[in-house]
Amino acid sequence: MNKLYTMFLSFLKIGAFTFGGGYAMVPLIEAEVVEKRKWLTAEEFVDILVISQTFPGAIAVNTSIFIGYKISGIVGAVLALLGTILPSFFIILLVVSFFMQFRENHYVDLVFKGIGAAVPAMVLAAVFSLTKSMKKSYLNIIIISLSVASISLLHVHPVIVILVSGMYGYFFLGRKVE
Amino acid sequence: MLLLKLYIAFFKIGAFGFGGGYAMLPLIEREIVTTHQWISYREFIDIIGISQMTPGPVAINAATFVGYKMAGIPGSISATLGVVTLSFVLVSIASHYVIKFKESKFMKLVLLGMKPALAGLVISAFLSLARESYIDARSVIIGLMVMAMLFSKRIHPILVIAVSGLLGVLFYSF
Repeated sequence: MNKLYTMFLSFLKIGAFTFGGGYAMVPLIEAEVVEKRKWLTAEEFVDILVISQTFPGAIAVNTSIFIGYKISGIVGAVLALLGTILPSFFIILLVVSFFMQFRENHYVDLVFKGIGAAVPAMVLAAVFSLTKSMKKSYLNIIIISLSVASISLLHVHPVIVILVSGMYGYFFLGRKVE
Repeated sequence: MLLLKLYIAFFKIGAFGFGGGYAMLPLIEREIVTTHQWISYREFIDIIGISQMTPGPVAINAATFVGYKMAGIPGSISATLGVVTLSFVLVSIASHYVIKFKESKFMKLVLLGMKPALAGLVISAFLSLARESYIDARSVIIGLMVMAMLFSKRIHPILVIAVSGLLGVLFYSF
């Protein structure tokens, strides 16, 4: 019970401070779930992040459900989901009622300029979390470069890149594992 | 009836929105602006703006906003549940099997290929975000300071976000 309660609180925090979408929350989830609570190892966390990309829906939501399930089964999944979406649900309700007055405020605007500059840095930090446990091999560097090129230059859909690389792993990396 | 329609429209958005976040925007636009005409294009742009300034997934923000506008609190609940239903079902089932077959050769190989690709995905996300955000020296400096705070690992990411808001006020006031 205690664990479920702590988990719910952790995901409330994650939901309340996830600015800038799925990837920007990676450092935050890592701090809560891996470093502070030690519910998952860094390796398991990266596995979950990877698999969450292949499902439809918001990345933050998928990742939370997955982590919740891993920690405490279906009850964990429900609590993690609620924790992640409730803050944004209530904040939007508030914003719909008060948004217009606040948005015009000069200082609010400046605060969001600051947060806007922080978001890419959070995402870059996510890159380092992801590559930390990865082997620094030429092959990995090539796969990373190819996926950056296909998404940023050729505008291939990210899900396709993930699926193709998974197939590549299955068909061509067999020898390396054994 | 409206509640059911909201639920179904957002269920579709959740079901076909692969890649999360901004990749889901065209789908949201088609469902709620073009097909159902629940909100105008202008309001849709407003939602994107609000999503950038509020925490949480953009799909959840849009669902809550549109649901509330169309049918008050019940509408916002119905739309928000709609957008997460399929994710919940699919990911729960998947996690069950992923945990069970974690040690299988298939899973190991697939993950081995996917992990570097995910790093690539996130780098791409960084590149497009950086292009939007780093428009002057001040934003770059804030970005570098945030990086330093995150790397020190001494400051919780939540505090880092709060500090970045403060830095925005400091840097852009003068």
